[in-house]
Amino acid sequence: MPANLQNMTKVFGRPESLTDAKFTYCPGCHHGIITRIIGDVMDELDIADRTVAIAPVGCSVFAYLWYKTDSQQVAHGRACAVATGIKRARPELIVFSYQGDGDFASIGTAESIHAANRGENITVIFVNNQVYGMTGGEMAPTTLVDQKTTTSPEGRDPSLVGYPIRFSEMIATLDAPVYVTRQALFDTKHIMETAEAIKKAFQYQVDGKGYSLVEVLSTCPTNWHMSPVQSNAHVAETVTKVFPLGDLIDRG
Amino acid sequence: MPRGTVVIDTERCKGCGLCIAACPKKVLAFSGQLNKSGYNVAHMANPDDCIGCAFCAMTCPDIAIEVYREKVPS
Amino acid sequence: MGERLLLRGNEVIAEAAIRAGCQCYFAYPITPQAELLEHMARHMPRLGRTFIQAESEIAAVSMVYGASGAGVRTMTSSSSPGISLKQEGISYLAGASLPCVIVNVVRGGPGLGNIAPSQCDYFQATKGGGHGDYHVIVLGPSTVPEAGELTMLAFDLADQYRIPVMILADGLLGQMMEPVELPDPIDPATLPAKEWATTGAKGRPPNIVLSFEMDPDDLKQMNVDLQSKYRTISENETRYEEFNTDDADIVIAAYGTIGRICKSVVRMARAEGIKIGLFRPITLWPFPSEPLTALSKRVDTVLTVEMSAGQMWEDVRLAVAERAKTPFFGEMGGIVPTPRSILNEVKKHAC
Repeated sequence: MPANLQNMTKVFGRPESLTDAKFTYCPGCHHGIITRIIGDVMDELDIADRTVAIAPVGCSVFAYLWYKTDSQQVAHGRACAVATGIKRARPELIVFSYQGDGDFASIGTAESIHAANRGENITVIFVNNQVYGMTGGEMAPTTLVDQKTTTSPEGRDPSLVGYPIRFSEMIATLDAPVYVTRQALFDTKHIMETAEAIKKAFQYQVDGKGYSLVEVLSTCPTNWHMSPVQSNAHVAETVTKVFPLGDLIDRG
Repeated sequence: MPRGTVVIDTERCKGCGLCIAACPKKVLAFSGQLNKSGYNVAHMANPDDCIGCAFCAMTCPDIAIEVYREKVPS
Repeated sequence: MGERLLLRGNEVIAEAAIRAGCQCYFAYPITPQAELLEHMARHMPRLGRTFIQAESEIAAVSMVYGASGAGVRTMTSSSSPGISLKQEGISYLAGASLPCVIVNVVRGGPGLGNIAPSQCDYFQATKGGGHGDYHVIVLGPSTVPEAGELTMLAFDLADQYRIPVMILADGLLGQMMEPVELPDPIDPATLPAKEWATTGAKGRPPNIVLSFEMDPDDLKQMNVDLQSKYRTISENETRYEEFNTDDADIVIAAYGTIGRICKSVVRMARAEGIKIGLFRPITLWPFPSEPLTALSKRVDTVLTVEMSAGQMWEDVRLAVAERAKTPFFGEMGGIVPTPRSILNEVKKHAC
């Protein structure tokens, strides 16, 4: 250890439950923060060796490279159904799906709703950045009104394609889910709150309490055509007005 | 002696600037040095002001920052 | 051996799956396989196994992917339009080398078609209805007892080769009732563990179930390995039946319930002095090309009979080539040809 660190304690480092792989995400993308949080939670709850991560299709398709856990990479939109299959086959495993706007809220709509409605004892992380990242910046069901994307080049027009969908609110109308919350990562306070929420969601699964959904408002600096810092400000000032933060259900 | 310090893995850093904005003590800045991927990586411009709060590390999307804090504050 | 029961084809397939140690069953209701779903709904929970009526066909095959990846025996069942919906999932299962059983109780098509029996999904089953260079093993039972036997075999083949196995039945087989002797059940807990499955990475490196390789060289290798597996299966698992072919001048090629009906045709024709036999593929993939080629060298005519516009007929023509005549007789729309109508066709071609 270099001399200047000898009287120091390490207070922050890479979670043990994550591999050493370098993230493939764009600079400033919040996927990496969420991944780090999940790693920390697996360390704190000591669950990595009985967890199965589900990698979707999207920017996080490589999620199976980040965790020192078993993983399944699955068809677009189907993560919640695959999670159901894994959890029913082996209820002792901790199963989490990690999905973006297209995977969770568009092509996966039915699977996302029905896993919640059946009350599957799984943890679902929904990364909402209001755009389709990996495929180059198309409109998502969560895209804001007037937001320009490659498939809404003049801005989202609600008279043509409706309004951004608040999926957590829809899930919160169901009787089975135990914990549904929407979080964000645009400053340290919110990063810490997101970490608490994700930990609670995994703890509820460990305790066998049922279905949890953590929607995390995230940034896509590349397809928002903003810097990472500007992107954080956009979430804080604009996105949270459309997608309110907070717990929608906590029956744990 | 600083109360805290950070070690930045310059090959993981993507020069996104979130740590610089997050630091309450304005310790960090772009270094002007490019890593192998061509990113302008962050560095401690004002190392003496670091309090080891880890706000930078918490927001770093690449887990490129390790944070150390003095065992006994000076 | 086990008990002797009078059961419907759909029920036999379900009960055979249970006795083969199927731990998880996921499906969506569709005619004409509803009895399979209902049998599973009644019996799986009672045995501590998983039954889910999924929200869709696609969700069901995705649940199969998850359960199979987690190392348990798992099955889904449907009928033609539902199998169409499952194709992406089947491609993923094949690409990820995941074992499972998929039952198609074929009905009239295309589109909504009708609920009567048909064999119009042969192309979909054997030529790959999903994307990519892959195959699934396809088994074509012709009787209710055979449906039970092939279902048990399907789970074994699936595990042995890490491949989806399809039972290609039809609405007639699914609905008819015959006496069946079922084998003793296998306890799923006694099945060998799958070292590659996502069972929790304690004490070992992580297992990853995937069909994704960005680097073309890596994807090529994945495909090379799959093709090698398919060659091994073709060499070792091809199954067929020859009936009265030793001195035949004309042979009928038929599978499934039509194969069974054509056995009656062969008996009727023999009684009238026609030297006729039956070649009945049991594995539709791998298709028994070599034995059919060998047979075609010593007969004049191979008449293919199918409830379709002629799908297996193409594989018959490929195997027979110019060695014999290869006429076709088919019925579409869910019509089941009678033995008499097939015999009339035979007489047109018999010398």
